[in-house]
Amino acid sequence: MIDKFVRSTAEALAGVRSGATILIGGFGQVGTPNALIEALSEADLRDLTVVCNNAGTGTHGLARVMAEGRVAKIICSYPRSAGSVVLEELYREGRIALEIVPQGTIAERLRAASAGLAAFYTPTGVGTALAEGKETREFDGRTYVLEHALKGDVALIEAWCADRWGNLTYRRAGRNFNPVMAMAADLTIAQTQTVVELGALDPEAIVTPGVFVDRVVHIPYGEPDLGKPLY
Amino acid sequence: MDAIIDAKPLNRPQMAARVAADIPEGWVVNLGIGIPTLVADHVPEDREVIFHSENGVIGVGAAPADDARDPWLINAGKQHITLRAGGAYMHHADSFALIRGGHLDLCVLGAFEVAVNGDIANWSTGANEKAPAVGGAMDLAAGARRLWAVMEHTTKDGRARLVQRCSYPLTALGAVKRIYTNLAVIDVAPHGFVVREMIAGMTLDALQARSDAKLHLPA
Repeated sequence: MIDKFVRSTAEALAGVRSGATILIGGFGQVGTPNALIEALSEADLRDLTVVCNNAGTGTHGLARVMAEGRVAKIICSYPRSAGSVVLEELYREGRIALEIVPQGTIAERLRAASAGLAAFYTPTGVGTALAEGKETREFDGRTYVLEHALKGDVALIEAWCADRWGNLTYRRAGRNFNPVMAMAADLTIAQTQTVVELGALDPEAIVTPGVFVDRVVHIPYGEPDLGKPLY
Repeated sequence: MDAIIDAKPLNRPQMAARVAADIPEGWVVNLGIGIPTLVADHVPEDREVIFHSENGVIGVGAAPADDARDPWLINAGKQHITLRAGGAYMHHADSFALIRGGHLDLCVLGAFEVAVNGDIANWSTGANEKAPAVGGAMDLAAGARRLWAVMEHTTKDGRARLVQRCSYPLTALGAVKRIYTNLAVIDVAPHGFVVREMIAGMTLDALQARSDAKLHLPA
């Protein structure tokens, strides 16, 4: 019997090593795998490369992982927002490497990795500081910049509903980066709000088929916290 | 700058309303953070315009009442939104395929500067002390079929934002088609800035004095 459920976040992260590239889903506070992110601290990992649209706020979650010195490099599109004090401090002191990538280019680099493609040409960023030093090529009179696939050793994602095969659905804007990250890592770990029996999910409604998911942990934490700033 | 003229600049909601007046039914539109976000409030309910938010929401509806917020439903600016009838969710790679693939009829972005050749600078002032942040601005500017910029005509200290050449780091080359300011509506044409409309009391000379690049009248 295939059963991808594990009982704890510690078990979910078993085997994750220092130096790993970790994809972290979520956009704002929505669809963010908070329990798995907190577990990164407890797993005593170092030299991580983190791929995440935002770079954490306040002093918990990803900000805590960074404050503890576990992240050597972060690849993101929007690190600067109200409350992103930890990243700002590490960046100012030169204690973290920061690779700024346009949001759609992050998404497509992940998608390329998920689909077995090495690289692709995109019109995004041509002629800007973010394309400096990158190969460009003209197609049909328009210039494109070469961007490379971005593969994760590990993906941490949040789903709304899962079955024991790891089939996943998401909730509203909580979908965001989660499906594409699920497909772009060697080891994909999902925390899920709800759980159903195999066969209960409508096959037409499954967004991430379980073949892309390795472990699932049930974390019914409820709604994203409205009390916290949504940045 | 010239002598004082008798013209009252548009405020932010008025600028948003002016942009909204030019958006026809049926367009798929992405609105950037700031004044652009206000544009949706000024499109009449019976005019069906499909608003996209790059975090994967297509068919963004009216802003929710404070006590009716859905914690799972935010836009790219992390503000609470609603989904209108007919709306749908998509993941990030598809959402940016929509943007890059030419499926957006229009994107409206705020800007620091727009150059006479349509270059736009809106993501960084080039200052080094803070971590830079680009979000989806470069994808939107490069991908939308039309890019309109909305901004104050000059900076707070009176410096022109309609420039010969951008001084801030670029977001995209040659992308802007039209500019809505608090003083005028200006097209970016092959031969330069063309003034389509000015607020009451504004003169071409006074507008020119507030612009770094040459302004033309329509032929």
